[in-house]
Amino acid sequence: MTTTGTAAPAERPDTETRNGLSRLRPQPNPWRHPWLLEGFTWLYLIWSLVPIGLAVLFSFNNGRSQSVWQGFSWRWYFADPLNSVLHDPALHAAVVQTVRLGVYTTVIAVPLGVAFALGINRWRGYTASTFNFVMILSFVIPELIFGVAMFFVFTALFTFVHLGTLAQTLGLITWNVSWPAIIVQARLVTIGKQYEEAAADLGATQLQTMRRVMLPLLAPAIFASAVLVFSSVIDDFVIVDLLYSNAGNTPMSVYIYSQQRGGNGGPALNALGTIMLVMSFVIALVGYFAYRWMTRGERSDRKEALSTIAGI
Amino acid sequence: MSARGGALRRRASEGAAQAVLGGPGGARHLWLALLFIVPFYAILAIAAGHVNQVFGYPVAVWNPLQWSAANFTAAWRDVAGSTAFVGPIIVRTIVYVAVASLLCLLIAYPAAYFVARFSGRRKGLFLVLLIAPFWISYMMRMLAWIDLLQTGGYLNRALTFLHLVSQPVNWLGGLPATVVLGLVYGYIPYLILVLYAGLDRIDPALIEAGRDLGLGRVRTFVRVTLPLSRQPIMTGMLITALPMLGDYFTNQLLSGTTGTTMLGNVIDDQLSTPGLQGEGAVFALLLLLALVVPMVYYVLATNRSSREAA
Repeated sequence: MTTTGTAAPAERPDTETRNGLSRLRPQPNPWRHPWLLEGFTWLYLIWSLVPIGLAVLFSFNNGRSQSVWQGFSWRWYFADPLNSVLHDPALHAAVVQTVRLGVYTTVIAVPLGVAFALGINRWRGYTASTFNFVMILSFVIPELIFGVAMFFVFTALFTFVHLGTLAQTLGLITWNVSWPAIIVQARLVTIGKQYEEAAADLGATQLQTMRRVMLPLLAPAIFASAVLVFSSVIDDFVIVDLLYSNAGNTPMSVYIYSQQRGGNGGPALNALGTIMLVMSFVIALVGYFAYRWMTRGERSDRKEALSTIAGI
Repeated sequence: MSARGGALRRRASEGAAQAVLGGPGGARHLWLALLFIVPFYAILAIAAGHVNQVFGYPVAVWNPLQWSAANFTAAWRDVAGSTAFVGPIIVRTIVYVAVASLLCLLIAYPAAYFVARFSGRRKGLFLVLLIAPFWISYMMRMLAWIDLLQTGGYLNRALTFLHLVSQPVNWLGGLPATVVLGLVYGYIPYLILVLYAGLDRIDPALIEAGRDLGLGRVRTFVRVTLPLSRQPIMTGMLITALPMLGDYFTNQLLSGTTGTTMLGNVIDDQLSTPGLQGEGAVFALLLLLALVVPMVYYVLATNRSSREAA
């Protein structure tokens, strides 16, 4: 990775003669590979990923244990006529609710976030900077504080919004709108103003500029943020936990939490978690390849696409 | 740029933004209010409101002139007064979060440093593996450790097999170490990505210059790389520590006993207890106030680094 040539330890004759024998000891290669660091990194990766692999494995356990392997089966997914994800109405409802929240939130939050991005990019003065401030703030504000705020908004102020799917969706939109706002804004900065100016100079109206110049240019960023919003809704816990009202609007994360906490754990929960995991990975893969396809012809590489899809 | 071009540009871009937001200047303020001001004013109105004596639901008081201190005095009584039980919980929360954040940094920095500097052509692979936990639900990741740490789980079986312990350890029975490790495991992916992004941005020429000028590997790191990564360390620590302070689910899942209760649990419990919701609002508000300075620091630092990158 680093260029060597110039930096190899120079065999300077004067020091060699002056230090005599001590110089004959082999000097360590300054550009040697840091095996210790690499080993540490692999240990970290094993620690971070192997437990999840085991949890996925136990979702196929042919028994009620989450910790002792009793053979492979599909019973917790669909084979068991009572307790499988396919047949247990509560488990089934949790999957449906998560997907529903993901779709609703993405469909509303992404256009809204794109509008914010355009606004932050174009407005001058305090509105733009305040908006920007709020968007970045939402990455560090504890989700619990935000969830408590939303809980009170829907139970004390806008009481016509009952706790449940509507409240959850509104909370999730507000929480996730920063993804498209930040990512699309970054893209706007990268593409600059010249395309838009050219369109305006050539006589395009505002809406034409928007539809035929800006939206196609922004498409990769919009798509990447949609992927991020959808997957973070799937994984969200705090907001949906504070704003759910009954079994009918309990998403997967809340179901896993309440069952495991209540001592009703079992491989069915692992199956639910595995379904979440597969959903997220499929979305990530689709997002990655679609992003690569959309930005073909631009000077971008795989790592850039990967970072965008992960939101870093 | 001609004057005409400038005017056109301004018209086109402002028009586009407004066409999407669907309205003149007022609309943007409305969104800002709905997004940000109203939710947090709602916490304040509940915290400074009173509690319905019969049914125990909180009554929001929107007019500042009619605010009462009842919920605040109740909260103060619980923190330091006659019924003080929150005081020790606050101390515990701070200790847990401090230890967990420090462990996160000690683990994340070397890994991020290796991937950013030395992974070479395998960088894509390492990056995928570092990002993977980011895409896996928090609940699934906690479930993974619940499976491993059970009394009959693989960890206990490995430890008894190696004769490191004679009896299986009840890891999930309220051990602070389990909760802290759960927090580390839960939040480290965010830190590692921030650190990676920051370290990857360091110009390798600076590090090579340090080496060319005769510094050893360790001293190059201490004198060049470490000072250049101060910013990502600060923002990365904030992005893990601040959410940890509002965490209530990790210790519920990995311990569930009162011995490891954190501030987030107090707020969560009060929110679901009739009559105590006002007090829960007070604690949420106090947590928010305590975090204002670090949060503002984070936003300013992020803004600065994105300006530098642009």
